[in-house]
Amino acid sequence: MLLFLEQLLNGVQLSVTLLLMASGLTLVFGIMNLLNLAHGSLFMAGAYVAAWTTGVTGSWLLGLVAGAGAAFVTGVAIELVVMRRLYTRDHLDQVLATFGLILFFNELVRLIWGIRPMRLDVPEALNGFVEIVPGAPYPVYRLAVIAAGALVMLGLAWLVQGTRVGMRIRAGSVDREMIGALGVDIGRLYTLVFALGALLAGLAGVLAGPFLAIQSGMGEPILILAFVVVVIGGIGSLKGAVAGSLLVGITDTLGRVYLPKVSDAGTALSSMLIFLVMAVVLALFPTGLYGRKP
Amino acid sequence: MRAVLRDALPFAVLAAAPVAATLAGADWLVPVFTRMAVFALAAMALDFILGVGGMVSLGHAAFFALGGYVVGIGSHHAYDGSPTPFFGLPGWNDLLISLPLAFVVGAVIALPFGWVSLRTRGAYFIMITLALAQMVYYGLVGLTSYGGDDGISMWWGHNTLAGFETADRIVLHFLCLALLVVAFVVLKRLRAAPFGRVLDGARQNEARMRALGYRPLAYQVGAFAVSGGIVAVAGALMANVDEFVSPGMGHWTISGELLVIVILGGIGSLSGAVWGAVVLLGLEEGLREITEHWPIILGPLLVVIVLFARGGIAGLVARLGKGGGRAGSP
Repeated sequence: MLLFLEQLLNGVQLSVTLLLMASGLTLVFGIMNLLNLAHGSLFMAGAYVAAWTTGVTGSWLLGLVAGAGAAFVTGVAIELVVMRRLYTRDHLDQVLATFGLILFFNELVRLIWGIRPMRLDVPEALNGFVEIVPGAPYPVYRLAVIAAGALVMLGLAWLVQGTRVGMRIRAGSVDREMIGALGVDIGRLYTLVFALGALLAGLAGVLAGPFLAIQSGMGEPILILAFVVVVIGGIGSLKGAVAGSLLVGITDTLGRVYLPKVSDAGTALSSMLIFLVMAVVLALFPTGLYGRKP
Repeated sequence: MRAVLRDALPFAVLAAAPVAATLAGADWLVPVFTRMAVFALAAMALDFILGVGGMVSLGHAAFFALGGYVVGIGSHHAYDGSPTPFFGLPGWNDLLISLPLAFVVGAVIALPFGWVSLRTRGAYFIMITLALAQMVYYGLVGLTSYGGDDGISMWWGHNTLAGFETADRIVLHFLCLALLVVAFVVLKRLRAAPFGRVLDGARQNEARMRALGYRPLAYQVGAFAVSGGIVAVAGALMANVDEFVSPGMGHWTISGELLVIVILGGIGSLSGAVWGAVVLLGLEEGLREITEHWPIILGPLLVVIVLFARGGIAGLVARLGKGGGRAGSP
């Protein structure tokens, strides 16, 4: 029972990472109709810059700021140089161009930081255990990640639902030509939304950094899981992203713990489990749980 | 006549290049051209569903890897004499078995993949094919009895053909090239056949095809399965060229490369896939000579190609030859 509780929390913590990734993806897709494979590169950028900054300065907080900031700046840069030329193209062109970006970024980090994986340690202040229920110590840092992710998502929900910028973002996802005609600088709005998604991805990279080997190509497995989340939740829906990431994060984590105990084939099956879940969801709801009907 | 020549040209290049390399004393180059032929075969199968059927699959690496494992697993058991886990059948080490088997395995797996992916369209389809391929990748990593992450190294050599040795690189090359030509002829005919016309019609307007009394989904899933089968055959050939299979064959970047090849060659041109493979793999080899960090050049180059050079090489050749017809489908 204690193991179950512990793994459930681990699952929620993976969900938080996925949610930060998926919400950026789904915002960018919902508003600009852009399928961005290079979203994983922004996750990687956040983790690398955070690990490097922390290593140099010794300050974890500085690493967090630098990592998220680097992802944000990278986001602005690729939006201005590449992405804005892709909004009117079909999804195939978007896939290919962002595939090119992935090749570039994966090699760039190898060029800068070498092929040896880097590490990001858990911050000193959060390096400990807390008893959530008597007899079940749980790492403080993981709880902090869950809390931070929840806060960021609440902030995002407020931004989208409760502010003037959010109103424009929502309007843009419904009819972008109309809000352009109404005098909103659509180019700047797009840059902002893309950079916001990049910031969230960078943040996810920093927060998940201590659980991962920070190396070239680390963003893509997370990206593909985030795609599964978006597909399950429904493209363009933040509510769907929340539901999807909880489903994927918890199913994946529990599957990896319990399935191998059942049989030897369980090990292979556990890593395939969430994709099977996705297939079942799609068979029942072709546009995802909260997706708009086409 | 002009169109026939245009179609034949890339195949002729792939036939002449290794012969020229061997005569020039650079026979180590032959496997490079063989890789081109194998990737061209896989990309051509992808082009069939993409160009004719409008299905952007970012998961074809899965079938490539499955085909490779058909060769790897059969060869593994044939070598040490142990029975396979499949009804205790003995291992196989002949192309007459492994190639058809690869096709069947690829097509049979592609059937449910295609059906699930075709529940949706557009961006969803891309993401789902990518996810399903990732599932196969993880599944292969989980095959610990076949090397897991490390895969199967076939250091005892590759498959025979009807009992004959295929160790000679040139022999293996022309075998791959022959299969490439066969696939081209079959896919071209299939495209012109009623099957291909329905598929093409469904890409342009699915509702209209339904109104005409067709069930597009059956054709689309069928095409997806054929495509998956051919890609698996390419994977089986790749395993013979490398004498090695690993989950890496199913890595999602392979799916990306196949798409790049199709785009470079010109969507829907089929023969363009051969140009695409020659150019992409040629670029990779060439850049590798310049720097070990070659993707840092290739990546931005791809971005530039996508942004500024549509229609691909086949389109370029068509424009240069002013050869009336269009290279790609609209």
